[in-house]
Amino acid sequence: MAKTPKPDELSKIDYKQPETSWMDTPAELKEGNWCYGAKPKNLETLHFPNPREWRVQDEDWKLPDNWQEIILQGMKERLDKYRSFKVFMDICVRCGACADKCHFFIGSGDPKNMPVLRAELLRSVYRGNFTAAGKILGKLAGARPLTLAVLKEWWYYFFQCTECRRCSVFCPYGIDTAEITMMARELLNLLGLNIDWIAGPAANCYMKGNHLGLEPHTIVGNLEYMLDDIETVTGIKITPTFNRKGAEILFVTPSGDLFADPGTYTCMGYLMLFHELGLDYTWSTYASEGGNFGFFTSNELAKRLNSKIYNEARRLGVKWILGGECGHMWRVLNQYMDTWNGPADFLEVPKSPITGTVFENTRSTKMVHIAEFTADLIKNKKLKLDPKRNDNLKVTFHDSCNTSRGMGLLEEPRYIINNVCNNFYEMDELTIREKTFCCGSGSGLNAGENMEIRMRGGFPRANAVKDVVEKYGVNMVANVCAIDRAVLTASLDYWVPGTKVTGVHELVANAMIMKGEKERTTNLRGDPLPGMEGQE
Amino acid sequence: MNAIISLIAVVGLVLIAFIGVNVANLHFIFGIIVPYVAIVIFLIGVISRVMKWGRTPVPFRIPTTCGQQQSLPWIKQSKLDNPSTTSGVVGRMLLEVFLFRSLFSNTKFELREGPKVAYGSTKWLWLGGLAFHWSFLVVLIRHLRLFAEPVPAFLMGVEALDGFLQVGIPGVLISGIVLLLAVTYLFLRRVFIPQVRYISLVADYFPLFLIMSVAITGILMRYFLRVDLVSIKALTIGIVSFNAKVPEGISVVFYIHLFLVSTLFAYIPYSKIMHLGGVFLSPTRNLANNSRMVRHINPWNYPVELHTYAEYEDEFRDKMKDAGIPVDKE
Repeated sequence: MAKTPKPDELSKIDYKQPETSWMDTPAELKEGNWCYGAKPKNLETLHFPNPREWRVQDEDWKLPDNWQEIILQGMKERLDKYRSFKVFMDICVRCGACADKCHFFIGSGDPKNMPVLRAELLRSVYRGNFTAAGKILGKLAGARPLTLAVLKEWWYYFFQCTECRRCSVFCPYGIDTAEITMMARELLNLLGLNIDWIAGPAANCYMKGNHLGLEPHTIVGNLEYMLDDIETVTGIKITPTFNRKGAEILFVTPSGDLFADPGTYTCMGYLMLFHELGLDYTWSTYASEGGNFGFFTSNELAKRLNSKIYNEARRLGVKWILGGECGHMWRVLNQYMDTWNGPADFLEVPKSPITGTVFENTRSTKMVHIAEFTADLIKNKKLKLDPKRNDNLKVTFHDSCNTSRGMGLLEEPRYIINNVCNNFYEMDELTIREKTFCCGSGSGLNAGENMEIRMRGGFPRANAVKDVVEKYGVNMVANVCAIDRAVLTASLDYWVPGTKVTGVHELVANAMIMKGEKERTTNLRGDPLPGMEGQE
Repeated sequence: MNAIISLIAVVGLVLIAFIGVNVANLHFIFGIIVPYVAIVIFLIGVISRVMKWGRTPVPFRIPTTCGQQQSLPWIKQSKLDNPSTTSGVVGRMLLEVFLFRSLFSNTKFELREGPKVAYGSTKWLWLGGLAFHWSFLVVLIRHLRLFAEPVPAFLMGVEALDGFLQVGIPGVLISGIVLLLAVTYLFLRRVFIPQVRYISLVADYFPLFLIMSVAITGILMRYFLRVDLVSIKALTIGIVSFNAKVPEGISVVFYIHLFLVSTLFAYIPYSKIMHLGGVFLSPTRNLANNSRMVRHINPWNYPVELHTYAEYEDEFRDKMKDAGIPVDKE
């Protein structure tokens, strides 16, 4: 594994363009910037083509002989199936508005990380094979043939895009690089060219129900650890149910929350909130994943993995579904799930059993975001909150790419935070809400071996955090995304050491005064509450 | 290099028209045949391109949301930036098409010591783009007077507005000047902003030079060279009434102008200028973010291979029972 350079080294970023034009500058696949190739067993589990052992460093990627034909055929098929793809191939005017909007470009200076050029990597092949001008005029029309070097360049740069859609906000035609990256990854997958950090979790999710491959008893076990911790902090014993038929609500959250800090604290937050409300809900070990690494692979795999949620809701006979804090999970639930696997006519329009609020905005999908659910509780004064318990924190909020640009969940988490914390500070307005920066490792790129590019991609976000750390003494970055919780922890540790990461519902649980709780001396992390130092 | 190739191509076009008319005396071809051919290519090309896009399905509802969603009634929704209704979408599209709203929010960044990334607003591209497109539109509308006799009142009005400065003889029309300035700006930023230069193709410079040369020849004719407007109008009226004759005495500059315009029109369907149609069909802009309220149908949605709960339970039944998780089959 390549050694990651130190921050002061990595932040010397060269934005100068190479002397040679981009078409004449072959991609150099630098270690620390790519992820290991998909292992054959994972592709086999998913029934994906060309499972084999292969190494990125090797010249020979063991492709089928007719790989060009496969790619071009795949491209044609997708051009006929997706208007987005076709229009985005045709109408870019290369105005450059997107060029400096990508976190990978800001952090690396590599011109092929400008969204426009990332798309041109694919567009050039499109022109060469699917347009008259490109076929006749070739390079003059911006066309180029599909060579092995081009294919490797695709692989390198389309696994250096986190599908965050920030470029799409600024594009005068809304050209969305996420859409182009999704197509490119589908094409690469036709040749067995996934990365293992995506194929592995996807295979796990397919067979075991979640990305981490937690088997049913392990899920129960992991939650029991958390329940013990909750009891230690609050004196309250919670007994959640699993795969329980007839529950009113099915709760689905990313499996990352079941596994590692600080996601587990968010998960404890859910458990405490639902207990306090006396919610009639169940966990599922089969639909134990809200996230969807299939979404980073192909439309079809995304649909296959997502289908478990509705199927499980139907089997258990619940009335509606509540979803936890996760980014891309919510892009999928908001913009894809109902289309793929609906109609959810076996469910009822979600209605909060506590406040009676009907979530009209989910009347077809029947799935509510927990931030919507909790904001409604707070608005209706159903929670007893003591925000002073979070007074040791100075909090900022990082909008996740997908919940902001693929949904628009902006105010709900802010409303919650403002009710459970006294010290909340926004980052630079050009780096939040729809203009938020990716954590740097979304879309399945949060592996270990590509740490350099992760830290580069995470630089703009971390740098905006650093700004509020210096201005206001912020020490906690709240977010509503499991990948953020894992990834920001690493990138802040690298760029802004000492700054911690939390889910919104961890803050809620700390502030929430529960019926019958003992006097709390620590928060969920075991840190003393303000004024309780030395009491724990 | 790409800029030079494009410049050579446009100079070549000018020479073709010059030689064709002045040396080879092909007035009929350059005055009548070329414009007809160009218009036919333009119409067929644009229509077929838009139909190809239109026929391609929109499998998913994927607007890029740029503001607060519609959720709880007491949370204020951004009805334009995150529309959930058709009227919201129409509003978003109108602002996009007429005022380039996305470009208006453009930012730039700078990496400073620290390291510190600083962001700021930048409006030059927005301003240049807006000036370019609007002046082009006004110029285009103004030219309609060549195809109508008598000239309708609203065209006279447009021209009067365009000439509001009331300087010079003939009076200066703002639109042509702005067009030339704006297109020059768009060219210069391509050359001088390193990132933009790096991404620019021949297909980016060529239309700029083409439009620039159209504007220059137009301005030459209006302000500097005497052209016989009466003959020109006789030609243009002839073209639209399908009774075309080539009158004597039309300056070669007019033929060059006409040839460049014809090339531009014929070029549009096969070029990036098709963004004028594509912008209306972009699924990230022209759809409402209401997919949790109304099910969006994918016409090619197909059944996929699943790993069912029953298969899952078969694999883990014992472990589930040991952990106290209910199972379907004992």
